[in-house]
Amino acid sequence: MSDYILEMNDISKDFFGVYALKHVSFKVKKGEIHALCGENGAGKSTLMKILSGIYRHGDYSGTVMIRGKECKFSGVRDAEAAGIAIIYQELNLVSEMDIAENIYLNAWPTKFGVIDSSSMYYHASELCKELNIQAPLATKVKNVGVGVQQMVEIAKVLAKKVDILVLDEPTASLTEEEVDILFAFLNALRDKGVTCIYISHKLNEMFRISDRISVLRDGELIGTYPTDEVDEDFIIKQMVGREITERFPYREREIGGTVFKVTDYNVFDASGKQILYDINFELKRGEIVGIAGLMGAGRTELALSLFGAYGDKIIGDVCVYGEKAKISKPLDAIKKNIAMVTEDRKAQGLILTQSVSNNIVMASLDKLTRLGVIDSNKQHVCAAKHADQIRIKVPSLQSEVKSLSGGNQQKVVVAKWLMTEPKILFLDEPTRGIDVGAKYEIYTIMMDLAEQGYSILMISSDLPEVLGLSDRILVMHSGRISGELSRQEANPEEIMRYATGG
Amino acid sequence: MSKDEMNISVTRGVVQSIKKNIRSYTMIIALLVIWGILGIMTQGTFFMPRNMSMLVRQTSVTGILSLGMLLVIVTGNIDLSAGSTMGLLGGIAAVCQVWYNMSVATTILVVVLAGIVLGIWQGIWIAYLRVPAFIVTLGGYLAFRGILLGIGKSVTIAPMSNAFKNIGQGYLPLSIGWILVAATCLFTIFAIFRDRSAKRRYGFTVPHIGISILKCLGIIAVIVTFVAVLSDYQGIPIPVVILLCLGAIVAFVTTKTRFGRSIYAIGCNQEAADLAGINTKRIVFIVYILEGIFCGLAGIILTARLNAGAAGAGNMAEMDAIAACVIGGASLSGGLGTIPGAIIGALVMCSLDNGMSLMNTENFWQYIVKGLILIIAVFVDIVTKKKAGK
Repeated sequence: MSDYILEMNDISKDFFGVYALKHVSFKVKKGEIHALCGENGAGKSTLMKILSGIYRHGDYSGTVMIRGKECKFSGVRDAEAAGIAIIYQELNLVSEMDIAENIYLNAWPTKFGVIDSSSMYYHASELCKELNIQAPLATKVKNVGVGVQQMVEIAKVLAKKVDILVLDEPTASLTEEEVDILFAFLNALRDKGVTCIYISHKLNEMFRISDRISVLRDGELIGTYPTDEVDEDFIIKQMVGREITERFPYREREIGGTVFKVTDYNVFDASGKQILYDINFELKRGEIVGIAGLMGAGRTELALSLFGAYGDKIIGDVCVYGEKAKISKPLDAIKKNIAMVTEDRKAQGLILTQSVSNNIVMASLDKLTRLGVIDSNKQHVCAAKHADQIRIKVPSLQSEVKSLSGGNQQKVVVAKWLMTEPKILFLDEPTRGIDVGAKYEIYTIMMDLAEQGYSILMISSDLPEVLGLSDRILVMHSGRISGELSRQEANPEEIMRYATGG
Repeated sequence: MSKDEMNISVTRGVVQSIKKNIRSYTMIIALLVIWGILGIMTQGTFFMPRNMSMLVRQTSVTGILSLGMLLVIVTGNIDLSAGSTMGLLGGIAAVCQVWYNMSVATTILVVVLAGIVLGIWQGIWIAYLRVPAFIVTLGGYLAFRGILLGIGKSVTIAPMSNAFKNIGQGYLPLSIGWILVAATCLFTIFAIFRDRSAKRRYGFTVPHIGISILKCLGIIAVIVTFVAVLSDYQGIPIPVVILLCLGAIVAFVTTKTRFGRSIYAIGCNQEAADLAGINTKRIVFIVYILEGIFCGLAGIILTARLNAGAAGAGNMAEMDAIAACVIGGASLSGGLGTIPGAIIGALVMCSLDNGMSLMNTENFWQYIVKGLILIIAVFVDIVTKKKAGK
């Protein structure tokens, strides 16, 4: 018997003749943490869907062997019975139930058909201790932070018998601290002999946690490498199939006068709690200002409130082009040539069931209407122009947005805001969940825009991104701007020091 | 281009347009199947011009109610009070006519104003005070029915003036009917060719001329058949003309205007709509006012047709309207639905009522069959969507 717990041999899968996977042979050793990476659309999720039984035996060609025995899953339950568990990026929790109930969702311990809550709470508390979940077990899931929810999701999986654990972007919504806890826990699991497949876009995490790394590109397995023998640049090269000499297309530019100025800005939420304290900053013509900080530091709230979409009571002044501006709703901001690309494009940016073209024109319908009637031909021309400008790749502008890849969806949101002809752009996590190639394109678009005189305020949790693109960096910590750094003086350590309030 | 090539490109264009509108065609096919079954079961009585005339007249009330309901549903809300609102406003029309002897114009004005007031009432609660539409309109369902009972003291208010009765019972004179048909046909041709020239101006490829001509001929054939059948009896019923005119206006508003685009955006993703600068509260508010007006117009037709205002008028009518929208492809979670779909849905519901009455089936059967058809319609929709998604 080999030392591979999982062997997927010569796997091919096509959708109507288009190959999603081509002769992929993916092998995982028992007890290792195996990172799987690749651009969006490289075939990672298709491969995992085969492993988890979502694509049944017969839907693909090739063999799946677990512990040397061939498995023919005909559904998710079969895969679960074989000890395979997957934690998806989206959380699947019942928000009105408490933590313990969620951990044992549909596996509640019962006595004569009645839920045995003392046994449930006892076992749940044991698990939570291991995972360092500190929230009381009887708290409803909706009342805890996303980080804790993610941990509950992991606890839920571990409550079952698991040999192979697949984690899909598990750290997307975790703070640094929570990531540390998760990693410590994954290491502990490895010691117990549980095998992990770790899917992520974050290379630094992959290098921190994994034993080996496999790279998929365009449905083919490019290679599997021991983590300590390769470096980030090498992996990126394997992922995109070309050398990205510079990860950030930063160019020196001429920076103009002040365009946007915020003075003594304080924001309170609906319950009267103060969220932002004494914010002061300015944005110059052609400048990219990055806002760094940990989750919950108030970065998104700052951008949203400046855009008129957050905050119950706001004290302080906002000046646009030296003129005092009163922005109490998004339309006021749009009229002042401000645009906002929100953090969550699906929930806040896109009308998923409508066409690309309808989405692009959504914030600038007044440019296309006469007496309230939309000129659909003009719409088509304008949408095509903006789609071309930032190179959105779609078969047709009439395609539904939900059929697009993450990177293209993000570009649709950007195109929508460019059509409003803004001067000031707020970008909240502009590259979240999109692949390396699309990221580079978004960066290039940002540089082009800054060169054309747009002022950009970029919020990002990706430190290299903030460092690589910003002319100036503001660091936020619990509702305050705790530090300001120029491009020259900024470095990761300095930013983390301000971000943690040090 | 050779003749063969031309034929190929026309056929291909037709196939493409069928594929694009497969949803609308399945709906029409379903309607025709139901009609076929009813026709056989009634030994053809269902298709007699007299019955067709009655059918479309019955459809007009549900149809108008469905127009407003569709707007509400597309924004992701619901109106459970539509039947009670229609009953109350129809009752007000009867009061104006019988107790105060008002002219037809004044009656309509009063009813529409009352509809606006009811719309404002519900709109404020739903759009600005954020009480769920289900609750507010459930409250309206009870309260408006209560007001109607209070006004009418449970007696039937009758009779209406002859002019008023005409709104619900009258026919368009044959000559005017045919003039309208001609005008509609000319307008269709004009619109299709103007669209072609506009597309050319922008440099888009236009469909083959043959396809445009086929499209014109198709539309004209449907209109002429429809009117010919009705003319064989007494002409086009006035309420049907009202329904078609309102339907055309609302269809235009939903597909071609900023307001229409906004209601779809709100229903699909309110947060994104908000952030795009759409005043979502005001639009939902306006939609409820429009719903009030449509309920008023439906109420006027109902009262005129029955020649009476009664306490039970419009009972359960909201369910027919909601079912019509859903059969026509609207999604109760918002963002989806079309006006032609809602009107065809209303026609399906009324065909079932009408056909089963002709067959002398007992009343309870109508409820059972309508309920089943609703569920099957949504099921078919889910299945076809899944197929299209694959």
